Amino acid sequence: MAIVAQTSRAGRISRATFAWIVALIFFFPIFWMVLTSFKTDADAVKPEFLFFFTPTLENYLNMTENYDYWRFATNSVITSVFATLFTLAVGIPCAYAMAFNPSRATKDVLMWMLSTKMLPAAAVLYPMTFLTKNFLGIYDTHFLLIIVLSLINLPIVVWMLFTYFKEIPKEIIEAGKMDGVNTWGEVKEILIPLAWGGIASTALLCFIFCWNEAYWTVRLTTTEAATLSKLIEGNRAPEGLFFGRLSAVSAAAVGPIVVLGWFCQKQLVQGLTFGAVK
Amino acid sequence: MGRIVLEQVTKSFGETQVIPPLDLTIEDGEFAVFVGPSGCGKSTLLRLIAGLEDTTSGKVIIDGEDVTQVSPSKRGLAMVFQTYALYPHMTVRKNIAFPMRMAGIPEDEQNKKIAAAAESLNLTDYLDRKPGQLSGGQRQRVAIGRAIVRDPSAFLFDEPLSNLDAALRVGMRLEISEMHERMKTTMIYVTHDQVEAMTMANKIVVLQAGNIEQVGSPLDLYREPRNLFVAGFIGSPKMNFIEGDEAAKHGAHTIGIRPEHIEVSSDAGTWSGVVGVSEHLGSDTFFHVHDTGLAETITVRAGGEVSFKHGDRIHLTPRQDVIHKFGPDGLRL
Repeated sequence: MAIVAQTSRAGRISRATFAWIVALIFFFPIFWMVLTSFKTDADAVKPEFLFFFTPTLENYLNMTENYDYWRFATNSVITSVFATLFTLAVGIPCAYAMAFNPSRATKDVLMWMLSTKMLPAAAVLYPMTFLTKNFLGIYDTHFLLIIVLSLINLPIVVWMLFTYFKEIPKEIIEAGKMDGVNTWGEVKEILIPLAWGGIASTALLCFIFCWNEAYWTVRLTTTEAATLSKLIEGNRAPEGLFFGRLSAVSAAAVGPIVVLGWFCQKQLVQGLTFGAVK
Repeated sequence: MGRIVLEQVTKSFGETQVIPPLDLTIEDGEFAVFVGPSGCGKSTLLRLIAGLEDTTSGKVIIDGEDVTQVSPSKRGLAMVFQTYALYPHMTVRKNIAFPMRMAGIPEDEQNKKIAAAAESLNLTDYLDRKPGQLSGGQRQRVAIGRAIVRDPSAFLFDEPLSNLDAALRVGMRLEISEMHERMKTTMIYVTHDQVEAMTMANKIVVLQAGNIEQVGSPLDLYREPRNLFVAGFIGSPKMNFIEGDEAAKHGAHTIGIRPEHIEVSSDAGTWSGVVGVSEHLGSDTFFHVHDTGLAETITVRAGGEVSFKHGDRIHLTPRQDVIHKFGPDGLRL
C-alpha cells in the first residue's frame, strides 16, 4: 500500500514538474519579449543584460508618439469585430441548415469547406493583390480585410457551430415548428439561446484568429487599413535590429488578446474541446 | 374540428419505401392509436400528418383542406414528443406560453390560458421552474400543457409515456383519456404498447412494415383479428397458435386461442400438459404449459388462487366459441 501511494505521489510530482517545464518553455519567449520591451535597443542585444538592466518606457512612448499605435489598434479592432460578426452571420444559418436539414451532400460540403484551408495562401497571393489593387480598387481598405478574414475563418466557424448545433435534440426544433415558429424564429428563439455558449466560444476564437492574422493583413494593406500585425512587421527594420522597439510593439499587439483570452478562459477551453462538453 | 384523411400516402427514404400506398380516415373527435412493433412506420406516419416529414406521394387532408404542402406550423396540430422536447432555457410558464406568443395572442389571454392549463395539469406550483428541475411526469405534463393552449384541431402523441416509469405511465394514461373525454378533440397516439392501445383508443390502427393490418375498435380487434399478426399482437399474454392435426379438426391451417379462453383442471380436459413457469400476478396466474403435443408452449390464464407446481400434469379445455381460425395465408377464415 505504502509503496503504491509513494510511487503515485512521486508520479504526481514528476508529472507536475514536467508540466511546469513545458509551460515555462512555452511562456519564455513572451516573457523575454516583455522584458526586452523595457530595454533600450542597445541593451537589448547584450546577453549580460538579459535579466538585469535599467528599465525604460522609451519604446512604448516612442511607439505611441511616432508610430500612431492607436490607429493600428483601431484598425485591428474594426476588422476583427466586423469579420467575426460577418462570419457568424453567414456561419450560423449555414451550420443550422446542415445540422437540422442534412442532405446526402452535407458531409461532403463540410469536408470541402475544410479542404479550402489546405490551399496555401501564397498560391493566391498574386491574383489577390493584383485584383484588389488594379480591378476592384479595394486594396488597403477595411472592407477588403473584413471579407478576407471572414472567408479565412468561415470553414472552422461553420465546423464548430455545426458540432454545437448537432448536440441540440432535433425534437426541440421540431417542437418549435409545431408551435408555430418560422425558420427565423427557430434560429432566434430556440437555436441561439440553446447554443449560446458554443456560439460565444466560436466567436471568441474567430476574433482571436482575426486579430492574430498576419499573412493577408500585412500584404493587403499599406497605411489606411493596416492592423497591429502590420505595425510589428513595419518595425522589423531592415537597416538594423531594434529589438527593444520591436518587442514593445509586439507586446502592445498581443496584450489585448491575452487579456481577452484570460477573461474568457472557460469559454475558450469549451470551444477548443468541441463537442466533448455537453 | 379535426378530421384527418390520408389518401394514397407513401414515404420513401432514398430507395427504401417505409410506407407503401396507404389510405386512412380519422374522424373528428376520435382517439386513434397507431400501434405496431418498432420500425413498423407508425411514428413516420404521425410525422407525415404533422408535416415534420414530407410525403413522397399522396395527400394529407385536414378538415377538407389539402395540407400536403403546408408547413407544420400552419396545420393547426399540436404534438407531444416522447422526449418531451421542452425548451430547456425557458421556464414552465414560458414553455406553455410559447405557441401563444408565436401566434400573437395578447398577454392577458395568454396568462388566463396558462393558469387554466396549469390548474388542470397540477403544474401551478411549478410555473417558474425550468424543465431541468422537473420530474419526467411533470415534464410530460408541461408538454401536454403546451399542446392544449393552442386549441389545436388535433393532438398528436408520439409515444409520450415511454420514458416514464410503470406506475406513472398508468396514471398519465388515465389523464390523457380523461382529457380526451373532456375536450372531444381528435387525438392520434402512437405506441408500441398494445395495452395503451387497448385502454385508450376508440380506433386502433395496427401497422406492420408500413402496412395497415387492421383498423377497428379495441374489442373488434380482440374479438375478430383479421390475420395472425393482429391476433398475436393484440391481447396480453399473446394468443396461442396451434397448427397441424388439431387445427385441421377445426378446418383451419392454424387455430388461435387466447390464454383467458382455456379452462384449467387437475383431472380432466381436452388437452393435457406439464406446468413449466408460473407467473403469479395476484389477481391472475399465468401457466406456461409444455408437452401438450400441440405447440411448444401453451399459455393459460387462471384465477389468482389456482396453484400448480412446476412439473405438475394439468388438463386444458379451450372454449369452443372463441377459437380463431386462420387459413394457410394467415388470414382469418
